[in-house]
Formats: sequence, structure tokens, C-alpha cells
Amino acid sequence: MTATSEPMTAGQPQDAVPLDDWRRTLRRAWRSLVRARWPLVALLILAVVGLAAAIGPSVAPRDPNRQAIMARLKPPMAVDRQGKVDYVLGTDALGRDVLSRLIYGARISVVVGLAAVVIGGILGTVLGLVAGYFGGWIDDIIMRIADIQLAFPFILLAIMFLIVLGPGVWNLIIILGIGQWVTYARIARGQTIAQREKEYVDAAKALGARTSTILFQTILPNILAPLTVIASFNVASVILSEAALSFLGLGVPPTVPTWGGMLAESREQLLAGRWWLAIFPGVAIMATVLSFNILGDWLRDFLDPRLQTTG
Amino acid sequence: MWTYVARRLLQSVFVIVGVTVISFVALHMGGDPTYLFVSERATAEEIAETRAKLGFDRPLPEQYLSFAAGLVQGDLGNSLTYKTPALDVIALHFPATLELTIVAIILAIVISVPLGILAALKRGTAIDGGIMTLAMFGQSMPSFWLGIMMILFIGLGLGWLPISGHVPVLEPLLAGDFGKAFGNIPAAATYVLMPALTVAFFSISRNARLVRSSMLEVLGQDFIRPARAQGLAEREVVVGHALRNAWLPVVTMIGLEFGFMLSGVVVVETIFSWPGLGRLVFNAINQRDIPLVQAAVVVFAVTFVTLNLIVDLIYARLDPRIRLT
Repeated sequence: MTATSEPMTAGQPQDAVPLDDWRRTLRRAWRSLVRARWPLVALLILAVVGLAAAIGPSVAPRDPNRQAIMARLKPPMAVDRQGKVDYVLGTDALGRDVLSRLIYGARISVVVGLAAVVIGGILGTVLGLVAGYFGGWIDDIIMRIADIQLAFPFILLAIMFLIVLGPGVWNLIIILGIGQWVTYARIARGQTIAQREKEYVDAAKALGARTSTILFQTILPNILAPLTVIASFNVASVILSEAALSFLGLGVPPTVPTWGGMLAESREQLLAGRWWLAIFPGVAIMATVLSFNILGDWLRDFLDPRLQTTG
Repeated sequence: MWTYVARRLLQSVFVIVGVTVISFVALHMGGDPTYLFVSERATAEEIAETRAKLGFDRPLPEQYLSFAAGLVQGDLGNSLTYKTPALDVIALHFPATLELTIVAIILAIVISVPLGILAALKRGTAIDGGIMTLAMFGQSMPSFWLGIMMILFIGLGLGWLPISGHVPVLEPLLAGDFGKAFGNIPAAATYVLMPALTVAFFSISRNARLVRSSMLEVLGQDFIRPARAQGLAEREVVVGHALRNAWLPVVTMIGLEFGFMLSGVVVVETIFSWPGLGRLVFNAINQRDIPLVQAAVVVFAVTFVTLNLIVDLIYARLDPRIRLT
């Protein structure tokens, strides 16, 4: 959004914006975060989840797949004979450590959530830019395909593709990524149409800039703000979809611990009252998704020029 | 109006064709789909026989055309586990899902609309904050986890509601047995409440936010001021003037929700052992009954598109501006 105040950087890469501007924006963002409080909490939660995803294996107390028949279905904080707490969050029906599985599960949620959004975001933004800039039949074709996809709950198509392709992280990422492009394409297209006729685009054209330069270096920086907001909400909804697909056994291979998969397994222990197997993975999913949603809300308010007091 | 109807109809046909193409492509993405239809111990002859029987040896365009032709005639192949036409199996499970979805949509409306209005009227107060926080949580919770929590706390902990099972209402109704249908309602209600609330919770949260912002927008518009200035009671301003204009976006939303609820039932029905289409799909996934999954997806698609079409047409009737664009 810094670039909107610098329309004369036509055809120039984004880093032509003075460093001071970035610093000022960052400082403003930080102040706004602190003032709003909840987004800061959300950021903290995401930092913890991100850390678990990044360095999980070295902080997890145990191998998440190691089974211990003698330690099956231990409740959280159970004290053993030596008076020690071996399993802080308890163990599952195979004696696997719930805490370790939760930590490893963060990796799948974070990786799939981010990667799918990056794939969908890039695909959608490029298609939206092209559709909005060129218009005509190119626009028609791209947007009709978008309409078809939007007229149908994507999770069902995901189910169909995954059952044929089989479980796997990459299959999951690609399918969920393809599921997201429409949102980005629609917004990128609308924004591009609004920017297309602006003087700075004409100036870039007059200077003889190539079409790809105009699209990606002139227009793109000016339409990034709304796309960033969408991306934040989008990560949240992709993580929910991933959890649902893992719950259905369609996500990753069963040996990989996931939050959705843990919830699926918890169902068998529900009648026996093993609540910890159902509560912790659900709380993990909700805390992560909630944090992305809260951050998205904050980002929208922060980037919405109508609400800004400066700039 | 009629050109609009014609255009929307054409669009719907287009979407359904698109969905069948995608589901066809999906089936062929993993290579020769014959292997999805035979057991793992099948001999080479059996595989070849199945391939010929299902037509997988023919050119792809020809295969698609016969698949599409079957679709038009209501033939979506046989279920591998039930050994009967997939569409018959689906028809058997459809009423239960329809029941669940209808109750869910009613719950979504009667809970979210008043909550949204209340939040808008009490803007900035603790009531508004509470409702919006709840809505935020509702949008961030996996529906199946909410279902599991309800089973754990309301079903098992408090023992208030049954945690699984289903008493049919729609089925006897469709069979013409009205006495049984109405007699079943009280029992059915206890069984449907938790699953329906689970399916509806996401929509309740989203709609409450939508109704709130829509109300706030309308309340800030010019035509509200004269209504107030005339000395109309606040209630009349809200119900008579504001709500009447604020509910249009809600109608569209509900149409879309219906479809998304249909897809949400896959997990929720599984949790509550609800004998509908969702659990059928879940079991079909686990037994790798591909024709059944495929048929169910097509049925979901057609239902979804039809519902959207109906909602759009109602919408067009309510708001003449739509027809002109």
C-alpha cells in the first residue's frame, strides 16, 4: 500500500520505494497491533504454532509414532509409580504421546495451509491480472471457469481427486491450492480493471515497458493489499479443509500425525470418556484458525485506506 | 425476466457439464481406472474383462459421451459394495440428509438473524462484542470437532440428547404415511438437534456477522432518518424499514449455505451415525467404492446447482434491479 502514494514509480521494481517508508509502515503496523491487543495474541499463538512446525522434532518429548502398549490411554498429567509425569497431555489407544503428535501435527497444518494459499494465490492473481488487463475473450474464458468452480462446493471435488490419487502431502497441497484460485482471480481482476486506465499505467506504456513488466511490476504492487487480506482468511479456511480431509482419511498417509487425523481416531474413545484425545487436537486447530481470522480482520482494517488517518 | 431465466438455466447446465467433466477427469487421473474397480487379488483375465465391461478400453471422448449419456438417463453405474445401481443407493439415503439440512437451515436463520440484528442495534456494547466474539469462534471451529464436543458434553456428560441415530420423518411422509410421520416428530427432534446445530454453526456465525453489517449499513442510510423523524417507534423503524431492506443479502447467502451444508454433512453425519448421504460417502471412501462416490458427488452438484438457481430466481423476483444487469 506504500506504492499507492508513489504512483510515479511506474515500471520500477517495488524496492524503489524509499526504505524509510517501509520502516514507517512497519512501525505504524506495530503500534496498531499493540493497540488492538487481540491481533497481538493471535500473532503470539501463530509464532508458537510456527515454531512447533519448524523445530518440532527437536522439542517433541517423544517419537510421535512410537507405541507403548504398557502406557495406553493414560490421561493427561497422570503420575507414574516414581511420582513422575511422563505424558503431559496423555497417550492414545496405541500408547503414543499426544503432546508429541500435536507438535508434529502442526507441521502438516502449517505447511499445507501456507503452501496451498501460495499456489492458489499466485495462480489466481496471475489469471486475474491477465483477465482484467486484456479483457475480451480471455477475460470471458477465465471468469466462466471461475464461475463453474464457485458454483460448486470444492471440498467434494477434492474428495474425488484425493480418493483416486491417494493420500499424500503434495496431492493435498495441489488440490487445496487449485481450490483457492477463484477468490484471488476475482479480486485481482476487479482491481486491475480499476488500475488499468490510471495515468501511471499509461506512462509505463508510453515508456515502452513490456506487457509483463506492466502487469507484474507496475500494476501488481498496487493491488497487493486486498489480496494479502484475503490470503490471511484463506489460510484459516484451508487449514479447516485440511483437517476435514484428514478426518475423512483422505489427507496424508495415516503414519503422519495430523490434527484432523487425531480427531478421527478420538471418536472410538469417546464413549469411554477419553476426552483428552478429542479436546487437544481440536483446540490446536481452533487456536490456529482463529488466529489467522483475527489477523485477517486486523489486516483488513489496517490496510483499508478509508479507515486510515494518514497517507 | 424470461431472458434472465433462460440465461441462468443455460449457465446451470454449463456448470453441471463442467462438474461431470471434472469428475470424469478425476477418475482417469491416476492412470487406468480399471484397477479401482477390481479387487487386489484379481487375475489378469478378470482385469481385462472388467476393463472391457466398463468400457475403459475405448477412446476417452467416447467414454465421456457414454458416461454423460448414462447421466442423462439416470444411470451412474453400479455401486461396488451394494452391487445395485449407485443412484438407487443414493435415493435411499437422500431423505435423511435432506431432513438434516432443512433443520440446519431453519436453525441457522432463526438464530443468526435475531443475533445479527441485536448486535447491530447494540453496536459497540458488551452484547455486540459477545455475539461477534462467539461468531468469530464459530467460524474458526471445525464443525466435526464441535460435533464431538457436543457428544462429549451434552450427550455423554449431561445425558440430555441421544448421541447417535435417526428417527425418520421425511421417509414416511414421502410414502404417504402421515400419521407415522407426525408421530415421529418429537422423537426425531431429539435426534436431529445436535447434528443440525453442528452443521448450522458455521452458517450461524457467518450470517450473524452478515446481518449485523447489512443492518448497520441500512440503518445509516437516508431513508431511515425520515422514518425516525416521523416519530415512528424504534421497533417499527427496525422491523418495518431497516429489516425489509437488510435481508436481501441474507437470502443469497442462505442459498449458498444450503449447498455448503450439503457438503458439510459428510463429516457431521459420520460423527452422529446419521444414515444419510454424507455417511454413505464416507463409507464409500473407506471401501474405495469409486462409482458410488462419483455418483454422490454428481448428485450433490445437481442439487446444489438447482438450489442456487431457485434462490437466484426468487432473488430476481424480489429485486427488479438484478434482472436488468
